[in-house]
Amino acid sequence: MEKHWKSVISRSVCDYFFEEQKKITSPIDMPPVLATPHHYLITIFRCNMYFVAVCTTEVPPLFVIEFLHRVVDIFEDYFGECSETIIKEHYVIIFELLDEMLDNGFPLATESNILKELIKPPNILRTIANTVTGKSNVSCTLPSGQLSNIPWRRSGVKYANNEAYFDVIEEVDAIIDKSGSTVSAEIQGYVDCCIKLSGMPDLTMTFVNPRILDDVSFHPCVRFKRWESEKVLSFIPPDGNFRLISYHISSQSIVAIPIYLKHFISFREGRLDITVGPKQTMGRQVENVSVEVPMPKAVLNCTLVPSQGKYSYDPVSKVLQWDVGKIDPTKLPNIKGSISLQAGSAPIESNPAVNVNFTINQMAVSGLKVSRLDMYGEKYRPFKGVKYITKAGKFQIRL
Amino acid sequence: MSDSKYFVTTKKGEVFELREELNSDKKEKKRDAVKKVIAAMTVGKDVSPLFPHVLNCMQTDNLELKKLVYLYLMNYAKTQPDMAIMAINTFVKDSEDLNPLIRALAIRTMGCIRVDKISEYLCEPLRKCLKDNDPYVKKTAAVCVAKLYDINPELVADQGFLDQLKDLLSDSNQMVVSNAVAALSEINESSPNGIPLVTMDATAINKLLIALNECVEWGQVFILDSLSNYNPQNELEAQSICERIIPRLAHANAAVKLSTVKVLMKYMEIITDQEFLSALTRKLTPPLVTLLSSEPELQYVALRNINLIVQKRPDILNNEIRAFFINYNDPIYIKLEKLEIMIRLASKANISQVLSELREYGREVDVDFVRKAVRAIGRCAIKVEESSDRCVTTLLDLIKTKVNYVVQEAVIVIKDIFRKYPNKYEAIISVLCDNLDTLDEPEARASMIWIIGEYADRIDNAGELLEEFLEGFADDNIQVQLQLLTAIVKLFLKRPIESHDLVQKVLSLATQTDNPDLRDRGFIYWRLLSADPVAAKEVVLGEKPLISGETDLLEPTLLDELICHISSLASVYHKPPRAFIEGASELRKPVATLIPRDVASLEDLEDDSSSDTSQENTGSVVGDLLGVDIDSSAAISPQLIPSSASIEVGIDLLCGGLEEFDVGDADASSSPPRTSYVAPKTLWLPAERSKGLEISGTFIRKDGQIFMEMTVTNCSSEPLSGFAIQFNKNSFGVIPAHPLQLPNVLTLNQSSDVSLLLSSEGPVQKMEPLNNLQVAIKNNIGIFYFACLIPIHVFFTEDGQMDRRLFLSTWKELPPQNEAQYSLENINYDSETIVHKLEQNNIFTISRQEVEGQTVFYQSIKLANKLWILTEVKVLPVERGDCTLSLKSVTVDVASCVYQAYKNILES
Repeated sequence: MEKHWKSVISRSVCDYFFEEQKKITSPIDMPPVLATPHHYLITIFRCNMYFVAVCTTEVPPLFVIEFLHRVVDIFEDYFGECSETIIKEHYVIIFELLDEMLDNGFPLATESNILKELIKPPNILRTIANTVTGKSNVSCTLPSGQLSNIPWRRSGVKYANNEAYFDVIEEVDAIIDKSGSTVSAEIQGYVDCCIKLSGMPDLTMTFVNPRILDDVSFHPCVRFKRWESEKVLSFIPPDGNFRLISYHISSQSIVAIPIYLKHFISFREGRLDITVGPKQTMGRQVENVSVEVPMPKAVLNCTLVPSQGKYSYDPVSKVLQWDVGKIDPTKLPNIKGSISLQAGSAPIESNPAVNVNFTINQMAVSGLKVSRLDMYGEKYRPFKGVKYITKAGKFQIRL
Repeated sequence: MSDSKYFVTTKKGEVFELREELNSDKKEKKRDAVKKVIAAMTVGKDVSPLFPHVLNCMQTDNLELKKLVYLYLMNYAKTQPDMAIMAINTFVKDSEDLNPLIRALAIRTMGCIRVDKISEYLCEPLRKCLKDNDPYVKKTAAVCVAKLYDINPELVADQGFLDQLKDLLSDSNQMVVSNAVAALSEINESSPNGIPLVTMDATAINKLLIALNECVEWGQVFILDSLSNYNPQNELEAQSICERIIPRLAHANAAVKLSTVKVLMKYMEIITDQEFLSALTRKLTPPLVTLLSSEPELQYVALRNINLIVQKRPDILNNEIRAFFINYNDPIYIKLEKLEIMIRLASKANISQVLSELREYGREVDVDFVRKAVRAIGRCAIKVEESSDRCVTTLLDLIKTKVNYVVQEAVIVIKDIFRKYPNKYEAIISVLCDNLDTLDEPEARASMIWIIGEYADRIDNAGELLEEFLEGFADDNIQVQLQLLTAIVKLFLKRPIESHDLVQKVLSLATQTDNPDLRDRGFIYWRLLSADPVAAKEVVLGEKPLISGETDLLEPTLLDELICHISSLASVYHKPPRAFIEGASELRKPVATLIPRDVASLEDLEDDSSSDTSQENTGSVVGDLLGVDIDSSAAISPQLIPSSASIEVGIDLLCGGLEEFDVGDADASSSPPRTSYVAPKTLWLPAERSKGLEISGTFIRKDGQIFMEMTVTNCSSEPLSGFAIQFNKNSFGVIPAHPLQLPNVLTLNQSSDVSLLLSSEGPVQKMEPLNNLQVAIKNNIGIFYFACLIPIHVFFTEDGQMDRRLFLSTWKELPPQNEAQYSLENINYDSETIVHKLEQNNIFTISRQEVEGQTVFYQSIKLANKLWILTEVKVLPVERGDCTLSLKSVTVDVASCVYQAYKNILES
């Protein structure tokens, strides 16, 4: 699928891309910026698809990459997921969307709230109604929000139940070395919201300990000055789902590591033994634990016995996957058994690194806590809720 | 509703069927047909024959259908311009519709139709829409001006759209402002003469700063980018702008973040207040670190930019090295960039952390990455002197793993460590010697051989080892062969008695090969050794220049320029935008000179060892021999060398070459006093434009310095006084070296000659044309501006004579796209005069050749900004007076200026 915003560029420009694609082993290794004799190709890899932008002049590449990601976000928002079939199925809407989002290389409307007013997302009921009445899914009126000073919110929103939910999600990125000590650890946090409030609500969110947040990125709706002076998040929210803030707690501060691994792995003896245990979890349960071990090429198969959960070894991608489930602190999950190597292969010196995934509910590992949530500007009493989740981000343990 | 059904019609006569449906009376059917047409279009099928039929559907009340038809039009109007004209009426009508959405849509689509005839009809509706009441229409119209400019710049200027656009900057709606900014900056970028058509002044900037807080993220990027093109008048202004944009660092959009970083980094150059600077530095750290936790593509661009930032201001990220530690599932392009930055940030304080990380990486699976990691350990050893012991231990650990590629890579970096710290780590040589068998890559073998040669006097069995290497000499890589030759000669000079046979063997082997480099080096060593062993010792065992830790740093001037381009493509490629100006026409892989070089890679070593032999002042014979190696004749007339050149032929050629080149030399040395070309004075500032101040002038080069010669005349009715001069940033960084020295008062009709010494150390900004200089001159009446062209030959420096070898290799290395060709007409001089005239203007003739009746000169020029330009001038004797000039340089932008210089010099 192609769409041109300036002069038409021949499809053959993609050949440079395909050529480069042949050279790489894994799809994630595709270089994001490619130079061809006349154009630049800027690529993102998402949802197992490449989205390529062809530019003719000097542009900030981040601008383009951000935009491409935004396009995919919108697709996901519109169609629930983004895949080749989905795109084929809705190509007209996609074309219309792209046309609304960009003009002459300048982004127009990228807020899903506004786009949804211009172009209605597909749904079965409306399709039937449209066929009956002959209406289309393109709106004939200008979205009200687009030109106001709060372009992210449409006007005239109405809900029967007024609700506002906030998820404080923290992802721990860590590298743990062989001996169990932390090489680097940081927290990537988000506050994601699902807001279904009528009218023009003006919200404020206060934290017990706002000082934790020193490196924050805000959604455009947040009033920055208020944050600077009072450390209070004050905003008129967009309608629906959005990310209010994302924050980063760097390796400078001490990050609690909620999980540990006891391991023994020897390719010479062909033996593997891994135990997982909870560490600093403030009494919460560690759930959805899974352990992923990419094995060296010479490993043919693994015959293991897990004390709980299931394991699988994919002999093609050489990845050992162990889905542990919940950790019971009284009976730590363990997996052990033998590894069989290809006969006559050279002794393996390198040890793999292990990827660990986990989720801890009702805990933000940084200790961040919301103290109050207030609403002004509207008279009704909304239902409010805050949820905390800690997850593993890029959590690696070197064996 | 599923649209995939539109893709499935692949029956015969599809176009025909569609035509039927398009002409149908039913609205439903029509719309579906248009959808099918668009579907076919998106997958690249040619549905242009349906143009008139699709066009018929345009007049409709259905907005969706209208949009689809417009989409179709944008794609095919170019190929069917005559048909497209038919659409104009509807467009014009739509642009006056009551619904602002339709007005905007019409104006937007018209701008996208790149047909000249249509653009003319666009003007009227556009003018109306620029004044529309509805901001949505206004902002669409603003973008449309930029589109129109792209198609027809004159039209935009004539119709006064630029002023209208500028007025929009003060619009009350932020969307309109940000779109106007975006349109203006696009127009400025593509302006033909490089002079921004619309410049921002302090008030305009102020308006932008206000709009910045309110507009959407993309608009913020545009505004920040135009802020980065603005030069604050003083430090205070810079500080206040900085303070106002700092909040943008906390924006969720990475592009906004990085553009803010760009403006801050640029303004930091102006700010001297240390306290303010350190506060800014602290503020810059977190956003940069945060960028590293975004999507990999964003990370990559961020890392490339951080690479620049840490070179310029390492203190911003000094304490954040952990953020650059590598995850094993990072994409490879991120791993390599992170590694690069880790080395840059490595210091005494964090070296142990860095080393243990690097050792970890040395055990990864990805071979390329492991190699880079091993190499990085070596670079750390060279960079952080205190850590060299630990680095060497780490490397030895890695060698003990016996993993083939790790060992090879380790040997290569150990060679560099030996060069940096001579005689410090001989103890590990024995360990290296144990691993000789595993070395099968040329670079590793060559490095090992170099080590053996260098320490030949301490390795007992050096002779044996080298002899072993010599066994496969004929099949080895040239790199290894050259290294082996040099190493054995070194051995011979250190331990002559036992290695006499060996050296004989290698010399005869080397001189019998086909490779000219190897053969020549063999001959030289042979002659040296037989003629003057003492001299040979001096040459071969001479002091080697020390290698430094950070050979991969960008040049400071380039770095400064790139800092101004943070967040742009230039910063991703680490080369200035002028290297790929206009993006569309000239874009290529980084040229050799800008690729960060690995510390003392073997190439350097080669260079050093060959310069050891060629450039020591041991005798002119050697120098001459090398200067005209067979390679040079080969480059000029390859047919002269039979593929199996025997030694005699080689020598013959050498002599032939020698004579030829002697002529050139003699000529150069007997040149009469220099009289360089001076362009006649031209009128720069006419009196009527400047309230009576008239200036004419020219530029000259005298004794290696550049002067601006001006005649200033007072044609006004009152005395003029208080003169001062200032230059805008320009391509060559020219600034006045002294204040302007004019008489205090210039009375009526008085004129005064002044000569202003210039220096080329000022800030650089690319101008169009390249040699354009914008000058502001102030007096008691006011400030006046004018622009003049600096003839480029005043930048040709006296040391522009390039070494012949270097010339040849550079000439060969530069790809054809770096070449420009011109013809020079009516040159009625004999070649001697040409050479002479050019030489006086610092265009140096490197060599000269008579080929098929025409004379070919190879010449070199060095510009004051250290850019080399190589030229080839062909003079045809038959139609005397015609020459062709082809010239090569790292950037061909200078080509036309240089051509002009040749022309002026030769015609003078």
